Amino acid sequence: MSAMLPELGLISLIAAVVLSLLSGALLFSGAALNDSRLMAAARPLAFALSALVLLSFACLTALFLLNDFSVSYVAQHSSTLLPTLYRIAAVWGGHEGSLLLWLLLLCLWTLAVALSSRALDPALLARVIAVMSWIAGSFGLFLLLTSSPFTRLDIPALEGRELNPMLQDPGLVIHPPLLYMGYVGFSVAFAMAIGGLMSGRIDAAWARWSRPWTTFAWVNLTLGIAIGSVWAYYELGWGGWWFWDPVENASFMPWLAGTALMHSLAATDKRGVFKSWTVLLAILTFSLSLLGTFLVRSGVLSSVHAFASDPSRGLFILVLTALVVGASLLLFALKAPALQSHARFEPLSRESLLLANNVLLCVATASVLLGTLYPLMVDALNLGKLSVGPPYFNAVFVPLMLPLLFVLGIGPVTRWKAHALAEITRRLGVVLAVSCLLAVLWVWSVGQMSALSVTGVALALWITLSALLDLASRLRKGQRPALGIWGMHLAHIGVAITVVGITLTSAYESERDVALAPGEHAMLAGYRFTLQSAGPLEGPNYLGEQAHIAVSRDGKAVATLKPEKRVYLSMPGMPMTEAAIHDGALSHVYVALADKIGDTAWGIRLYHKPFIGWIWYGALLMALGGLIAVADRRYRARKRKTQ
Amino acid sequence: MKKQWIWALPLAVFVVMVGFFAASLDKDPRELPSQRLDKPAPAFNLPQLANPQASFAPAQMHGQVWLLNVWASWCAACRSEHEIVTQLARHVPIVGLNQQDEAQAARAWLTELGDPYLLSASDDDGRVSIDYGVYGVPETFVIDKQGVIRYRHLGPITRETMQDTLLPLIRKLQA
Amino acid sequence: MSAARRFILWAQALAAALLLLATTLALAAPLPADEAMVDARLKAISRELRCLVCQNETLADSNAKLAQNLRREVRKLIADGHSDSEVISFLTERYGDFVRYRPPFKPLTWLLWLGPLALFSCGALMLRHIVQRQKQQAAPPPDAATAARIHALLAQQNKDTPA
Repeated sequence: MSAMLPELGLISLIAAVVLSLLSGALLFSGAALNDSRLMAAARPLAFALSALVLLSFACLTALFLLNDFSVSYVAQHSSTLLPTLYRIAAVWGGHEGSLLLWLLLLCLWTLAVALSSRALDPALLARVIAVMSWIAGSFGLFLLLTSSPFTRLDIPALEGRELNPMLQDPGLVIHPPLLYMGYVGFSVAFAMAIGGLMSGRIDAAWARWSRPWTTFAWVNLTLGIAIGSVWAYYELGWGGWWFWDPVENASFMPWLAGTALMHSLAATDKRGVFKSWTVLLAILTFSLSLLGTFLVRSGVLSSVHAFASDPSRGLFILVLTALVVGASLLLFALKAPALQSHARFEPLSRESLLLANNVLLCVATASVLLGTLYPLMVDALNLGKLSVGPPYFNAVFVPLMLPLLFVLGIGPVTRWKAHALAEITRRLGVVLAVSCLLAVLWVWSVGQMSALSVTGVALALWITLSALLDLASRLRKGQRPALGIWGMHLAHIGVAITVVGITLTSAYESERDVALAPGEHAMLAGYRFTLQSAGPLEGPNYLGEQAHIAVSRDGKAVATLKPEKRVYLSMPGMPMTEAAIHDGALSHVYVALADKIGDTAWGIRLYHKPFIGWIWYGALLMALGGLIAVADRRYRARKRKTQ
Repeated sequence: MKKQWIWALPLAVFVVMVGFFAASLDKDPRELPSQRLDKPAPAFNLPQLANPQASFAPAQMHGQVWLLNVWASWCAACRSEHEIVTQLARHVPIVGLNQQDEAQAARAWLTELGDPYLLSASDDDGRVSIDYGVYGVPETFVIDKQGVIRYRHLGPITRETMQDTLLPLIRKLQA
Repeated sequence: MSAARRFILWAQALAAALLLLATTLALAAPLPADEAMVDARLKAISRELRCLVCQNETLADSNAKLAQNLRREVRKLIADGHSDSEVISFLTERYGDFVRYRPPFKPLTWLLWLGPLALFSCGALMLRHIVQRQKQQAAPPPDAATAARIHALLAQQNKDTPA
């Protein structure tokens, strides 16, 4: 039976593609004809689709576990020496498998939507499922035609070429699934936007239904990006955590747009405003996810996170993206003018501030897009080669974030419709003053004063104190804030914590390249690093050297760090650096081995990164806040009678 | 309603973007145009690989069309283009720029595969390569009678490049 | 002499004076002899430069052979007392603007550098426009139920009226 696994996987994938393309057509016509029997097929179809793709995915996983090297994809990304956990993760360690994972997650989202939306209008639900099926179908087609993971080799390989050592890390197990959950999750809001535009009904109920899905997708994307950042931080071995690399930008742009979408949806839900804008954002957020897939998979931009690329695949994804996005933007151009908002609001109101948030986030998204695509555009016009890197993005992004963070301290405590300026200043004036004062003290305790670090820390404190004050005043009034409120404040405090991390680590990190022989020591940022010993090391599929470095401060031992240098048997020419990190709550001490010097001495890179962990703790808190908001009972209320 | 066009703006921007993507699909984002093209070949003075006492300077080639081929014994792609370089050497003098190599290994490489070069100059610290804007090995420069760089080829020379680009250009320059 | 011409003359004189001052300062800048200072400047410069042979890494982070060579040359230039812009033009002369992660401001990059500012201005204007229009809208907003009814009626009407 196991001999037929690749064929079984392929057949179920083919069946899934055919089914999804057909069911899309069926459901669209059902909604157009208002045929309730056709529309009722949405749930069973979503179920069948998921089952087929899951079967296909299970086949591929089994092939990896069984070391079936007669399958080209398995032979290229696994080996008998590869530990079992990585053999499972290797399923998405390459282009073909990661697309299959993408497809699987899309189908699971489709199923989740079909199962949990009994409150939704049947025609709208049919259209949502139809849109998602067609996306699944076209990506399945892409998979089948250009990158099937089930292709057999003419002569089975005796041993696999093994997974890229860079990917043999717990990061591979969780980072891609989370990231894809996020990307693909935005397809729900997208499908809702298309369905809503087609039926011409974009209203508060529509927004309320879209909100938890969007937030949940955003939670996944937040975690995915954060874990990717941590992974790059310890794996690449030079202590960087964000490079403004095209691949990072490809995930960051949907995140920024998705963040804008969550906030815009809140306004549409609560007040029925910004309808066409929210719809556009829903379309753009998922479009940016697709664009990210295109950028990463086509190789039109070069990235430090190496991905195999192939121009013929690039063309296919480009055509796919162009069709999906082009059609939806055309639909938007035709239908959106008819959408009207009726609610009124004053210049100082929650609505205006959410709008300001959206403007800033969208300008930020567009700027990142501009910087990412600029080298490509210049090259396409044959005007030469350019690089756009961190100096550009920092120069553009930071000035946009400062006003956003300021607004973030006011928005959540401002009432809908209108709020008196005097009341805001009375409530928040003190908070602002206290934040500035505390920020000066904080920065002073960490290192040299600078305007930017004080501003960053002050804004973070401003957000935190304002959120805490709001919660306190609600509790004092005897209210029990809804989960949505808790989640919102928690996520905002998460943003503040991340901002502190970014500000302080960028301003006060320090590093040294030293050469140490056993017994010798070097100093950095008050820490004393002593190389105790260095010796050989043997792993399951690699050989290496490991150093023991004692770290102490003021005579007290802090940690013993064991950085490694590994040479994987599958890639002898490419030694891997495994950095060792001591995670103190307030700073990281980071040690990486460079090259061996002479017989016993080692080149060692020492880093001190104050508050760097806060970047990711903040992201965790953002995700947690999002999860709590998703759990709010408001979203699970039965459909209100609209007529 | 006025300003209907504004609703089509996202679509218009997207269409332009797709145009750019389509145009850049077959481009290599890492292939760099040479900054030295149509400029005088930078002067240098390096010891010869075969005879470190003697030196080589581009000025010595003045008045003839010649190729400067950057190679090294540690470079796998150089091995693959070696046969083509040997064929080219029948039509034009080729000077090797032996980049950051061990002299012993380099000489052994030439003995093993055959030496197509008029001579090779040892660029031990890679400084001359930097002056020529070399960022990978192998790279090949076509230099005309006046000592101006007329063409730069990245990576190993293939038979097609030799026949379709290099040889016609060399003949034109030699005429 | 008209006021405009006087102004232009003054501006020219001021520009010339500034240029002179800048040149003097540049010439008089002390040569950085200190090893640690050279290191620090090397780090700072190489962070903004691209390792040409890598996928997308800075010169500071890369271990590639070319990157090591380039770092060595940059260090030499710094130690010889060259300014940052001289170091960068040394590299762009040989490798083009591709080597710079901070693209130079020139006609080709006007859109890149000014684009975000233009977008921000558009966004701010749009924000002002929307907020002001909201303020001017005199009619009191209908409640949700009324809005839904109006919607239904409008939809009905749209269907009934021939296009």
